[in-house]
Amino acid sequence: MADFYVRTQSTPSLPPPIVQSGSVAWVRKNLVSSWGNSFLTLIAIFLLFPTVPGLLDWFLLSAVFVADSGAACQGDGKGACWAFVAAKFNQFIYGRYPDSEQWRVNLTVFIGAVALVPLLVPSRLPKELFVGFLLFLFPLIAFVLLYGGVLRLPAIETSDWGGLMVTLVVAVTGIAASLPLGVLLALGRRSQMPVIRVLCIAFIELWRGVPLITVLFMASVMLPLFLPEGMSFDKLLRALIGVALFSSAYMAEVVRGGLAAVPVGQYEAAKALGLTYWQSMRQIVLPQALTTVIPGIVNNFIGLFKDTTLVLVIGLFDLLGIVQSNFTDPNWASPQTATTGYVFAAFVFWIFCFAMSRYSIFMERRLETDAKG
Amino acid sequence: MSDRITASKTAVLSPLNNPKVRAFVIQLVVLTAVGALFWMLVDNTVTNLQRQNIATGFGFLENPAGFGIVQTLVEYSEQSSYGRALLVGFLNTLIVAVIGIFLATLLGFALGIARLSSNWLISKLATVYIEVVRNVPLLLQLFFWYFSVLRALPLPQESYSLLQMAFLNNRGVFVPSIHLEGSVLALLVAALAGAAVSYGVRFVPVPGHVDQVRWRSFLRLAPLLTLALPCLVFFAVGMSVQTEVPDLKGFGFKGGWSLIPEFVALVLALSIYTAAFIAENVRSGILSVSKGQTEAARALGLKPGRVLRLVIVPQALRVVIPPLTSQYLNLTKNSSLAVAIAYPDLVSVFSGTVLNQTGQAVEVIAITMTIYLGLSLFTSLFMNWYNRHMALVER
Repeated sequence: MADFYVRTQSTPSLPPPIVQSGSVAWVRKNLVSSWGNSFLTLIAIFLLFPTVPGLLDWFLLSAVFVADSGAACQGDGKGACWAFVAAKFNQFIYGRYPDSEQWRVNLTVFIGAVALVPLLVPSRLPKELFVGFLLFLFPLIAFVLLYGGVLRLPAIETSDWGGLMVTLVVAVTGIAASLPLGVLLALGRRSQMPVIRVLCIAFIELWRGVPLITVLFMASVMLPLFLPEGMSFDKLLRALIGVALFSSAYMAEVVRGGLAAVPVGQYEAAKALGLTYWQSMRQIVLPQALTTVIPGIVNNFIGLFKDTTLVLVIGLFDLLGIVQSNFTDPNWASPQTATTGYVFAAFVFWIFCFAMSRYSIFMERRLETDAKG
Repeated sequence: MSDRITASKTAVLSPLNNPKVRAFVIQLVVLTAVGALFWMLVDNTVTNLQRQNIATGFGFLENPAGFGIVQTLVEYSEQSSYGRALLVGFLNTLIVAVIGIFLATLLGFALGIARLSSNWLISKLATVYIEVVRNVPLLLQLFFWYFSVLRALPLPQESYSLLQMAFLNNRGVFVPSIHLEGSVLALLVAALAGAAVSYGVRFVPVPGHVDQVRWRSFLRLAPLLTLALPCLVFFAVGMSVQTEVPDLKGFGFKGGWSLIPEFVALVLALSIYTAAFIAENVRSGILSVSKGQTEAARALGLKPGRVLRLVIVPQALRVVIPPLTSQYLNLTKNSSLAVAIAYPDLVSVFSGTVLNQTGQAVEVIAITMTIYLGLSLFTSLFMNWYNRHMALVER
């Protein structure tokens, strides 16, 4: 019987050579693959070398974290004056809202957040219920809680509101008002009736063609002239009206894009089923149109959120406004106070906007897979 | 059965079910409602203006303004009219927009390409820049540049200097000025003539294919005429250029051209902010050109440089240019944030100072809005024309 030298087991595979995997290969592939590439790497290092240590020093190493006054932040080589932010933190968030009533702001934010979560996360909960609550009931609850004057809640004038709270009030109102208004305007712009179409186009193009600052100026100086004698509006409310009109025009254009993306067959099928205009829009067209433009809507929200800072031009104290107004506090006068304040405000805005943009990317990916599957 | 048919027939025939009648009624109602609202607003405004004794009409534009403006591109003094102040503000807005657009485009294209770079460090740096700048409000960035950076610069006596020619301090940027002795108009005419000729040459029929190559290389030189003709005029007429270097006298600089810190801050903030958005447009434009295009071009034997120039860029531009124009428009509208740092732009001069002095809110705001609206309508008309021109003709 002859012996057969046949291996019955495969040899274990060797690890790849170090030059083709691991960190060495990574550096070769991504940083020095060619002369040009190496040159770019050098430029990048040249840019990073002086900035990163300087930033690290300013943010952490030379920063003042605990202090009672700006005196500690004075002097050469001192970094960020975080103690200033810590001392004024309450004011940055609530403005001059009385300390004993701040739970009302927190409760409002909590209710809003709880109602919002089921809409953001893919779930089987009845979304219409939550949308309805957020668009119609929540503004009422928020008004009662924040402004008060009823239910034995002491009234707090809007002149005492400020900080991140005003930023959120302006942004959320703008968002909540712009969605339904924007949908109506977008539908109007695609209407068969010439009068309605022309009116909607004129409205949309008017607001989209002018800067928000002029709209806010208009809201603050012209709106009082428009009203009958003796009737006056709160300053914050005037700004809210301006922001709502402005953002609804932008929202209308986003929604219009979604409406155009719905195939004509869907409109025709809805008509063939005998649905009325509003039935077909509500049950067939809009659900499809709005879903496709969710990323666009979120981008709009990001823009609106950043634009809320402009209200400080007409004398309201949003987050940026209140941070800036605190620079004049003689107790905290130091060369680093202003920069620290701006960096803090920038960080807060960045967190909100970055989170929204990540969410928009997440939705975009999800919608893409849905469409394919 | 027949009853039901007649019933439904009458229902159909009822004018209320006729779509045309319904559309007419709805439009009539909407028009009346909008008209009534408009009339009410106008009526209220007129009453309020009369009650507050505020003048109406555009006559105020001819009254003397009585206030100074720190940066004027045309002649302006305190005796000039409000109309002149409006022009000064408008030109200040335009110059910020033009310079901002130029810088934002350069930076934006560089960043957009950098983000797609195969170099890991460069692409990550570009990503960090874009994600930070895009997500922080422009007004905040403007304040940062103005109050934290430019205001913190040294006094004129200790200013940073470049070769003792250009200076940077907390009063702004000072650079040598260039004055032309002689007629600037002649140079402009010569440049225009050069441009016209070099454009016109393209339509001259190409001679037989033997000379074609030589003719082509000659054609490539034609745009140089735009530069060559003015140079020729310059030397022929005997003009000369004079420069003046800014000089520290007392507490400030005299001579040369100076850029006020508000202008520098506004241009910096606008171009840095808008560049982040332009970079994203450029990136998506380049990504939109399918890989097959590159591969096909390579298969045809084109060199990498030509692939980029002849195949990728023309197709990417078609995607990039429409959002690019809207970014330009955004930059122009955002330049109105100037009012927050008191740069004398259209809004700051006209809707700010003039409005406060005259109190004629309706007229002032209407004029300001009309100007911005005009700018953006003009741009969108141009865009529509461009899109029609550039649209892919598909069969």
